[in-house]
Amino acid sequence: MQGRILSRFLALALLAVAMAAAGAKAQDLKRFEQRITTKVLPNGLTLIVCERPEAPVFSYSTFVDAGDVNDPSGESGLAHMFEHLAFKGTSEIGTTDYAAEKVALAKVEAANDAYETEYLKAVGRDPQKLAELKKAFVVAQAEAHKYVIPNQFTDVAERNGAEGLNAQTGMDETMFFWSMPENRLELWAWLESSRLADTVPREFYKERDVVIEERRMRTDSNPEGRLFEQFLATAYVAHNYGRSAIGWPSEVSQINATEAMDFHKKYYVGSNIVVAVVGDVKASVALPMLERYFSRIPAGPKPEEMTTVEPKQFAEKTVAIREATQPIYLEGYHRPDYRDPDDAVYDAISDVLSNGRVSRMYRSLVRDQQIAAEAGGVSPYPGDKYPSLFVFYAVPLPGHTSAEMRDPIHKEIDKLKAADVTDDELAMYKTRTRADLLRGLADNQGLANNLAEYQTRYGDWRELFLQLDRVDKVTKADIRRVANKVFVDSNRTEAWIETEPAAAQQSAPAPKDGGAK
Amino acid sequence: MKSQLVMSFSKITLVFAVFAATLSPSFLSAQQSKPWEQIPIPKLHDFKPQQPKRIELKNGIVLFLQEDHELPFVSGSVLIPGGSREEDPAKTGLVGLYGDAWRTSGTAKMDGDALDDLLEAKAAHIETGGDVDSTAVSWDSLKGDSDQVFSLALDLLLHPKFNPEKLELAQQQAATGIVRRNDDEGEIAGREAKKLVYGANSPYTRQPELATIGAVTVDDLKAWHDRTIGGKLIVSVSGDFDPAAMEAKLRAAFEGLPPVTPAPARHDVFTGPKPGLSFIDKEDVNQSNVEIVGLGTDRHNPDVPAVAVMNEILGGGFASRLFQKVRTELGLAYSVGGGMSFGYDHPATFRVVVLTKSASTVDATKAALAEIDGLNAKPFTQIELDRAKDNILNSFLFRYDTKDKVLAERVKLEFYGYPPDYLETYKAALERVTLADLDRVAKKYIHPGKLAVLVVGNGPEIKPPLEELKLGPPQPIDITIPMPKQPLAEQKQ
Repeated sequence: MQGRILSRFLALALLAVAMAAAGAKAQDLKRFEQRITTKVLPNGLTLIVCERPEAPVFSYSTFVDAGDVNDPSGESGLAHMFEHLAFKGTSEIGTTDYAAEKVALAKVEAANDAYETEYLKAVGRDPQKLAELKKAFVVAQAEAHKYVIPNQFTDVAERNGAEGLNAQTGMDETMFFWSMPENRLELWAWLESSRLADTVPREFYKERDVVIEERRMRTDSNPEGRLFEQFLATAYVAHNYGRSAIGWPSEVSQINATEAMDFHKKYYVGSNIVVAVVGDVKASVALPMLERYFSRIPAGPKPEEMTTVEPKQFAEKTVAIREATQPIYLEGYHRPDYRDPDDAVYDAISDVLSNGRVSRMYRSLVRDQQIAAEAGGVSPYPGDKYPSLFVFYAVPLPGHTSAEMRDPIHKEIDKLKAADVTDDELAMYKTRTRADLLRGLADNQGLANNLAEYQTRYGDWRELFLQLDRVDKVTKADIRRVANKVFVDSNRTEAWIETEPAAAQQSAPAPKDGGAK
Repeated sequence: MKSQLVMSFSKITLVFAVFAATLSPSFLSAQQSKPWEQIPIPKLHDFKPQQPKRIELKNGIVLFLQEDHELPFVSGSVLIPGGSREEDPAKTGLVGLYGDAWRTSGTAKMDGDALDDLLEAKAAHIETGGDVDSTAVSWDSLKGDSDQVFSLALDLLLHPKFNPEKLELAQQQAATGIVRRNDDEGEIAGREAKKLVYGANSPYTRQPELATIGAVTVDDLKAWHDRTIGGKLIVSVSGDFDPAAMEAKLRAAFEGLPPVTPAPARHDVFTGPKPGLSFIDKEDVNQSNVEIVGLGTDRHNPDVPAVAVMNEILGGGFASRLFQKVRTELGLAYSVGGGMSFGYDHPATFRVVVLTKSASTVDATKAALAEIDGLNAKPFTQIELDRAKDNILNSFLFRYDTKDKVLAERVKLEFYGYPPDYLETYKAALERVTLADLDRVAKKYIHPGKLAVLVVGNGPEIKPPLEELKLGPPQPIDITIPMPKQPLAEQKQ
């Protein structure tokens, strides 16, 4: 029921509540250890194989420890743009003649550089020259296109039964994944290792247009997309979590292939990648083969960590959007990253506030006060690797405003600060966390994603289970302490939409016959 | 621990994963080596999906038991025929409200709030819901709690006690959905396109309004519930249980119910859309949602396998004609795809969708229409046929690669009266599809002149204007949300 309206943005954070403090009993870990083999290759890449022969299929997850937070300054959206490029094939797949194509692609890049240089001239830009350069750029692209076999990489994967083929770029990471019949394991290893090691900036500029359409769909033309982008841009003053992940329009529209390939060179090195395979796979047979293919990925130093740390907030901030769409209220408080000793305490708070019809915010704002259709508090958002936000939200019922949500939310926060949660609430958090982890173990894809992510974030996939210790140690006093530390006025950014009818819509024309009603 | 605000490479919101492409043979032969073709593909491990045990009780109720001992959980559901397509149009939304308030109200023994407390403390769930042709109660819990949770679910099935306060809560939630239904462009486009196909007042598209949900009373919920017992219930359980004990328990619970009476046949009429162009202006967007729609078909139609292969060639995946042309070649869309969908007991829709920036609305629409037209004009090739079949058949086992999927499929086939080996015969039929079949079904089902085109977008930004599509003047659709004279809250007082 919850997350119905804000689903696209916060549903994953709600899910995170369950998985974050994931833990299970000792025998679960032991049982799993027998089925899991881990190997670090000489190039630094980590392979994880989990045997689950329930059906003759496997799923994989490639987890690259680089996301849009790593986009260089002026190049927001680059990690995501590169993710798209990784479906365009290699020097062996997707081309009729790579040697000739390589030359043609270099010309595309030179033509783009010449065009951009003229375009960006602050003084003395020559419109005629700009038009000529644009034309030359289009001609160079057409020349390179002659060698392209479009979508051959995905075509080979899908013809061989790839299911759920996709990738996603988050603030912190880039993930590639699909499932396949088990007899295609070696074919998959060839495809996946090829595209990671041997990416070619094929059809880059057309794909950039596709990504800009993605921005229009997710952000520009979507009220929630607009609200969340402004919310983060306001909550953060220094750290890249405040920057548009899909990219600011002026930046994503000027990313070039050279920048994308530089990003690849720096971040797509063995030490920055974990690949997990789960399903009908025998580690003893598969590992030597997997090692052979994934050794193709270049070794390289783990990229340096970012120096920027979001400074302590001392000014309350507000994002006010007044438009014709319906109201939504958000407020966020800065919280530490996932390595903080209190990480599980934040999950406990989320659980007590938001998980199901027993949760405090459902019972107070939805059931009893009847002012909201949905309400909750979730974290971490928009990532977990760096200090993030704890976000409270409410979706007002018709006839209620965003402004009316503020005090009832603060009342719930004050209750957390002033009095302990009940024993039942705390026990419920621990029980549900354990059960939700167990439920997730029966899903090849979900398990592959989790193993790869925990291996990357903690250096050991076992943390998926061992976190239970931290979950079990959360006390009522911890919850009060953390609430008092984090949920303070000076640490708050609120963002909301209040409805202001557009002038044009007030005099909408009467329906004509023939139109659907 | 999981990150948010993710973006994905593909946005396949439409239809099925699909495949085929327009690669010319000369391209393929020009490629010097194909190292992936040298990689051996061994024989697939033997696999016989475990079928659930089916038991038909004397009263006509059907039980399915699917054992699965991998994890210590038990889940189940009771599927009940009858849904929103049968509700009184003046009370549209009734079944949705019923699905919500049934569970939140609870039973005479235990109200919904107390149920919440009890179940959540055990990480267990019981939920109810209403759909277009059915309602359902479902449950899941750890093995140790499964007897208690099943008893509670059964009590809810047989002895609900509908509570006016919970109906009101459900009405508020529904009202929130209604007043927000024009905020999201894609939601508007999908909804209005479906109305173009079936008609705005069809049982499949009529939409809840503040007035119609406000008209629903607790007595309506009770009356709906009274008619559900006596229908052909399908009870399914899966998980970590002893089959003999479970069968005995289910028999004890359901054998005493009255004999089922078959649901009366429906006589819906489906004429398809009135051809032409419709337009909905939305000032706060910079992208158009284009829907090209017509009537689809149902799975009883023997042409379905050939149409499925044609769908694969038209659009839905990366190598489809639509994706190759509109996204890859023209760069005009992130989201593009579609095809003809199949209902189980009524025709679904034909639907192609393109999302493109305002200025390229006409170009992208023309490109998509040309690909639809091309199903008749541009001959299918053997390469396309082979690719489409590979795509469908090599991933076919993902329809039954878990015990839960096998169970869900069997329940669905039982519900709609299809034979239990439907998937096997369907797969065999897919394998037999020929180029001649493709030509035949394209001629039979693809009639661009009968399709309706709907654009939702920012009118002043759409240049060149929609008139250039030459589909006649764009007909405006009014999507103003009817507001009752009194707000919902006051009606209740």
